[in-house]
Amino acid sequence: MSKEHTLSVDRIKCDGRGLCAELLPELIRLDDWGYPILTSRTVPEHLLPLAQRAVEDCPVLAIALRRSERRP
Amino acid sequence: MALLDQPDTLAPLPRVGREIIGAIETSRLTGRGGASFATATKWRAVADRSRGDGVIVVNGAEGEPRSLKDGTLMSARPHLILDGAFIAARALRARRIVLYTGERHTAARDSMLRALAQRSEPESRTVGVANAPARYVAGAETAAVHFINHGIATPTTVPPYPFARGVDGAPTLVQNVETLANVAVLARTGKLPGTLLLTAAGAVARPGVVEVESGTTVADVVARAGGPSEAPRAVLVGGYFGRWMPASDAWALSLTQTTGIGCGVIGVLPQSRCPVCETAGIMRYLASESSAQCGPCFFGLRALADVCTRITRDESSPTDVQRLQRWAVDVRGRGACKHPDGAAIFLSSALAVFEQEFARHRPHDLRQAA
Repeated sequence: MSKEHTLSVDRIKCDGRGLCAELLPELIRLDDWGYPILTSRTVPEHLLPLAQRAVEDCPVLAIALRRSERRP
Repeated sequence: MALLDQPDTLAPLPRVGREIIGAIETSRLTGRGGASFATATKWRAVADRSRGDGVIVVNGAEGEPRSLKDGTLMSARPHLILDGAFIAARALRARRIVLYTGERHTAARDSMLRALAQRSEPESRTVGVANAPARYVAGAETAAVHFINHGIATPTTVPPYPFARGVDGAPTLVQNVETLANVAVLARTGKLPGTLLLTAAGAVARPGVVEVESGTTVADVVARAGGPSEAPRAVLVGGYFGRWMPASDAWALSLTQTTGIGCGVIGVLPQSRCPVCETAGIMRYLASESSAQCGPCFFGLRALADVCTRITRDESSPTDVQRLQRWAVDVRGRGACKHPDGAAIFLSSALAVFEQEFARHRPHDLRQAA
């Protein structure tokens, strides 16, 4: 079974600092109030290093990257 | 036989254990939380994790301001609800039961406590009461758990879900009072009443709670509430988290537990009321009821309410309407709870059903002057 990496945002923790959208514009854009919208939850292989950085650089640790079984 | 016609007796509880979950599954009972979630799935999730430490939260918070059905049921059939709670406690091997009633439900809570004092089952000694604040989100499952644990009725991030880690960190079932009463009838008689408790509100002759057979149309619900009190324009099906429908479409809508009736408020808007102003008022309420924890909900709903209000006071502009459409999509799925989703679905339905009214709205004082 193949694995995939998915992003999620803890909406209560998120403060709208916007670093994630700077790092990962391919997957994250900001709404009109500066909060992230995930345009895709699934992270393609080539963006994994950047996604990892978005997780680590978030000042409030609101982003998580999970490895999960791909749903059939 | 309808729930409100069931005997509210003190007959001994039928002997039930975990196997009741199979009967619930066969009956296809779903919850009243808006998502029509299968009750059996929820019970099984707690039963699989409880090691005699589970908790049952009897949810009668009824945060929806127009809804009266949970308060009515608690006042009229408290023993039936307690039966359901005790059955749940046995089936899920729970250690503790919490009656979670709304602040505005004084009579209902008294009724539940009077009934509790008459009970002698061992479960009756494990029951505590929590008095939920009269806030819209207080009835959300995680808000109930958060309030019982920490005194704050705001939703929390999931996971952990209450079924895994809820009250006291233990596996917790949060179940609406109507659903528990349904389980009690199922355990006693072998079948569900097959009814829905609804609240008829707005332009009906006798606003209030009606219990109808599942599958009843909106027209019949309105008829049960005495018929329309004036010419109807639209119907809000499911309360403030529901959706608007033109009266002509809504009339034939058949209501079941899976047709998105949510809290079961059927609100009739008469021709004499302006749907734009009505929608703006509800959006202001929903914005003010955000628990202000998640940015997209706190800022998004406030912005949506502000634009709706601007349309009612100044002239509407295509830019404003487009903004509403875009933001209503943006805020969906972006809160820890479903508050922004409910408000966005409500608003999107208003923009669709009242498209002309939103496009052409002019302030009412100016209209009169003209």
